[in-house]
Amino acid sequence: MTVLEVTDLTVQFGRGSTQITAVDAVSFAMSAGRTVALVGESGSGKSTVVRALSQLVRPAAGQIVLDGTRAGRHGAALRAYRRRVQPIFQDPYASLNPMHTVRHHLARPLRLAGEHLSGKELDDAVHEMLRSVNLTPAEEMAGKHPHELSGGQRQRVAIARALATRPDVLLADEPVSMLDVSIRLEILNLLDGLKREHNLALLYVTHDLATARHFSAEIMVMYRGEIVERGPADEVILHPAHPYTQLLAAAAPNPALPRASAAAARAARQQARIGKPAERREAATDTGCRFRSRCPQAMARCEARPPDLEAAVGHRARCWLYDAPAGSESAESRRASA
Amino acid sequence: MSGPGDIVLRAEHVSVSYAGRRPVRAVRDVSLELRRGEVLGIVGESGCGKSTLAYALTRLLRPPAELTDGTVTFCGKDGRRVELTSLAGEQLRQFRSTGMAMVFQSAMNALNPVTSIGQQFRDIFRAHDTGMDRSAMDARAGDLLEMVGIDRGRLRSFAHELSGGMRQRVIIAMALALDPEVVIMDEPTTALDVVVQQEILDEIERLREALDFSIIFITHDLSLLLEVSDTLAVMYAGQVVEYAPTEQVATAPAHPYTLGLLRSFPDMRGQRRELRGIPGSPPDLGERIAGCAFAVRCNYVIEACRTASPVLQQLPGELRAGLPVAGWDAACHRHNSDLCPGGPPAELSGAATAQPDRTPAVTEGLVAGGAAAGDSSGGLR
Repeated sequence: MTVLEVTDLTVQFGRGSTQITAVDAVSFAMSAGRTVALVGESGSGKSTVVRALSQLVRPAAGQIVLDGTRAGRHGAALRAYRRRVQPIFQDPYASLNPMHTVRHHLARPLRLAGEHLSGKELDDAVHEMLRSVNLTPAEEMAGKHPHELSGGQRQRVAIARALATRPDVLLADEPVSMLDVSIRLEILNLLDGLKREHNLALLYVTHDLATARHFSAEIMVMYRGEIVERGPADEVILHPAHPYTQLLAAAAPNPALPRASAAAARAARQQARIGKPAERREAATDTGCRFRSRCPQAMARCEARPPDLEAAVGHRARCWLYDAPAGSESAESRRASA
Repeated sequence: MSGPGDIVLRAEHVSVSYAGRRPVRAVRDVSLELRRGEVLGIVGESGCGKSTLAYALTRLLRPPAELTDGTVTFCGKDGRRVELTSLAGEQLRQFRSTGMAMVFQSAMNALNPVTSIGQQFRDIFRAHDTGMDRSAMDARAGDLLEMVGIDRGRLRSFAHELSGGMRQRVIIAMALALDPEVVIMDEPTTALDVVVQQEILDEIERLREALDFSIIFITHDLSLLLEVSDTLAVMYAGQVVEYAPTEQVATAPAHPYTLGLLRSFPDMRGQRRELRGIPGSPPDLGERIAGCAFAVRCNYVIEACRTASPVLQQLPGELRAGLPVAGWDAACHRHNSDLCPGGPPAELSGAATAQPDRTPAVTEGLVAGGAAAGDSSGGLR
């Protein structure tokens, strides 16, 4: 069941000649009990999507619809929206107030969510929240300040805080990228468990394709403000359609690869890069396909902006490579998946 | 004269403490060897002492950090032997110009924001008395930039005009400016995207081959080191717990901590399976640690681990047979035949393939076992 639906979300910063479109007509839907991953490099607009959905920045265009109702932008309607759509931020060293105890961080959203708890009841609720994220002994943890906690423990507090308002949608913006690899999986497993337990719709924003695949049902790949590919998680990672996703997948370190083949692959890449200075590879284009300056398969057509095309059933890519000759079969399957 | 394969940097019994009311023993009795032309990887979680070790090797420690024990010896191409730990003042500065260079963590902040890239190169050449005039300095700086794939016109640019990947390239060019024999890289790619990260790694590898320097590569990302390093030192709680050829660590590590680190990386293309990190967190180095520092998080813990501290020792001969380089050390009681007459558990014996992705059927069982032993608290001790 669709909980949150985003249509043509567009976010712009600046004005006039320096205006940039950080998020460009992004649409997707999130359902209860399902994780959607949003992946892409830094600067692709992933975090801006989260900020727009948390209503921390105002979109220039587009609609956010929560349970069939347009998201409120002011007053009680905004508060009601924020209670149900909660963000978890990347940096647990910055997202907790160093002056306050863990108890304070959890008690405030509990009270603001309108549960009118106080005294013993409030303490019990705080301890319950801490236990639900495996921060035990809860009584001891509640009295601590952020500096007394490790990064993983802080992120658990941030997760508990997000859950305090009993949300339906969690927006996890790179929730583990600041943490040590050894504890990342524990935190992701925790989020996954909580998602099942509370039937949450979870948006998992990350640049790590491997965890995106393992923890989500669907993956959307973002490049310079646009969603360039989307589909079932296994499909997108194992058979990436867009050349950008293919590049991302090829660049991820692969511990399973024997070192000899890793060295051979490196030599091949170096050969391919000769004569292409680093600078030009990073150049941005605003017209046509934005990836074409880096794309190994760029062609003349790419100067026009590619539409969202079907690469396989339920798997779409914004790339001219999938513009099949207009056969009735492909048109039909395109309609079916829409 | 010395050739490839000779030791260029040797650290013996290095210990570093942060002084204070409760001294923190951040590095405890670490011995390492870097061979000429080799990439030595040092991996561990934050707080394991890997950056402190890098600072100790380069003599960059500042109070309250203090080298309490150990020696660092550098053996140059020209045959000179320098005892770094006894250098001071002018001698140390002289040595730094051609001996060692360091690439610091967080390229985003390592450049001076208020002077141009060219000016920062000139500072390097002046500080080390190269005697070059301005045009020679600029020519050399331009060559260095081109070497790392950046247009020499960028000498006039400022740090904020460059992307993260380009800044990292500039930092690497600066580290190579005086032709060092050893470059220490502390998390050189951590803040970068995978695509840029891969480019930088390729670049480092190409430069190392072309310019013939040796690298100590420090990171928390074991999957990276499996691709770039020749030898790996795994650090935990200030100590080296496993020290072996990378190939060996990648396929069959001997220490439970290394095994846990390897399993912390989900395989992107492998079968979907239940994933586990390492529960718990590293110990507080300000407290006295009784027994093995990893014992509380270890799935293979035995009685002795809680009382006696295991020392790094060479594994029995049968495990080392067929290794490219002699030497495979681990600090684990499970490899001590007096304490474990039956030998180590299969997963740590070096014979089994620890790589979960290569033998999914075997590891599935291991993962379940690990979950039973270490999961319940999910991350808190």
